[in-house]
Amino acid sequence: MSFIAELRNVAKTFDGIVALDSINLQIREKEILALLGPNGSGKTTLLKILAFLEKPLKGEIFFRGKKATEKNMEQLRKESTMVFQKTILFNTTVYNNVAYGLNVRKLPKNKIHEEVKNALKLVKLEGFEKRQAKKLSGGEQQRVALARALVLNTKFLLLDEPTANLDPKNALLVEEIIENVNHESGATIIIATHNMFQAKRLPHRVALIMNGKISEIGTPAEIFGKLSKTLASFAAAENVFTGTAKITEEGTTLVDIGNGVIVEATLRNSGKISIFISPEDIILSKTRFASSARNIFTGKIVEILDLDSIVRLKVDVGKPFTVQITKRSFNDMGLNVNMDVYLAFKASSVQIV
Amino acid sequence: MEMLDDILKAFQLIIQSDQRILEITLRSLFVSGVATFFAILWGIPIALFLGTRNFRGKFVIKSFFNTMIGIPTVALGLILFLIFSKAGPLGLFRLLYSPGAIIIGETILILPIIVSFATTAIESVDPEIMNLAKTLGASEDQALFAVLKEALDGIVVAGIASFNRAIAELGIALIVGGNIAGWTEVLTTAISNETAKGNIELSIALGIILLLLVFGITLASLAINTLRRRRK
Repeated sequence: MSFIAELRNVAKTFDGIVALDSINLQIREKEILALLGPNGSGKTTLLKILAFLEKPLKGEIFFRGKKATEKNMEQLRKESTMVFQKTILFNTTVYNNVAYGLNVRKLPKNKIHEEVKNALKLVKLEGFEKRQAKKLSGGEQQRVALARALVLNTKFLLLDEPTANLDPKNALLVEEIIENVNHESGATIIIATHNMFQAKRLPHRVALIMNGKISEIGTPAEIFGKLSKTLASFAAAENVFTGTAKITEEGTTLVDIGNGVIVEATLRNSGKISIFISPEDIILSKTRFASSARNIFTGKIVEILDLDSIVRLKVDVGKPFTVQITKRSFNDMGLNVNMDVYLAFKASSVQIV
Repeated sequence: MEMLDDILKAFQLIIQSDQRILEITLRSLFVSGVATFFAILWGIPIALFLGTRNFRGKFVIKSFFNTMIGIPTVALGLILFLIFSKAGPLGLFRLLYSPGAIIIGETILILPIIVSFATTAIESVDPEIMNLAKTLGASEDQALFAVLKEALDGIVVAGIASFNRAIAELGIALIVGGNIAGWTEVLTTAISNETAKGNIELSIALGIILLLLVFGITLASLAINTLRRRRK
């Protein structure tokens, strides 16, 4: 098997704080590799090192068998492209944004025109050329950023949480684009994510990263087949709960996750299990309402995290649940910290980890 | 009544495009324009360095430039007079009482404005813009240029403010220029001199021109900037 990139004993510190600690990683040609880990685990630093934007403190990087040095970094950078978690756009039109890398590469004008058009089509933003990039919605902006990277047709794509700040519709669209690009142009794609679902569904391999170290690496089936300690400990940050499951007479399962919180799931499991509820699947309301959702809880908003077009809220119902809603809903509902709210989700939204 | 008469005469002078007025105006524009050009040429690299890098002593350098913005023009004029005078360290260049001396003085005067304003503008650009440009294939220089482009609005404002300060200052032009007719006479020195001599209508005419230039250039630059932003 041929490797496109290889890291040997790579370490990196920022102001004395260890960001990466002796990373050994071989990235296979044409694979999608997910780096799964909580915020602050070192995913972004690892991607930046792979993008030749950061120099490691120790260790070696090989790209297509060539060792990266101070001298060839600029050249190597042209063979990979990174898309950042926070969407950064040049303060100009969509066209100028997407054309930037092609202009730097001094391609002829008509070729640039053609490539930009194709890239915008790929991300479903046809006809957006003349629009001001910064005036688009969050989802559209992220797609412009993606198009700007894809247009370069580099065979090594590094995506930092490409769907974290997106609503479910845009997130799905971006995932489709990633799969397509990998499939059709054979690009190797490294994707940093803290979304276990994404890591389960999208990549060929998953590397678990925690405190700057890669703790496990394997296919999604290998990684998620067993409930590893690392996986459980980091996932606790976002709607992963461990509890005791009991099958009911109706054939569903009640999972007691502690503090009096019992979640109903359309599973047939008993004993100790870990469950996950996607933040997008939870409905939030200020009043109790009749619905078909089997799980309804009351709780207080304890934290609000504003992410451009969407808002993530942490609601304590005895256990902390993360809920994701659009900015518009957030504003319309006039939500605030300490406010009492209702959470509802279907039994079928509960996934087993 | 006399004042109204003076104002009317002043407008007459402007409309007739009096040779001396035209000459003084053009010299003012030239001297301040060249000073602004040099200040930008020196100031932008300094601002790029200060705005994109972190190093020990950065705060001291930034504070120095910030403080220098307020330097009294007469004080700077006096220092330069001592430096340029025959017995001074640069006396042999015979710069005193030449347009070159005014240009040097005004460049020093407005350099801190350019550096401080442009540094602030550059610092407000997302620091990841550099990395973004690089990952899209830009070289170090191209990435710095991308940062500069993002900060352009702030830099334009810095340029206008600097030019206005240069064209409107009196201390330096008077002390190191000497207000020599046909050689170093600029709008501000001429206004001061002609007023002292009681030549009020000429002073008023020059004053109107100075105000029109300052307002006109500011408005035109802002309009161009707005248009450019809309077209982008």
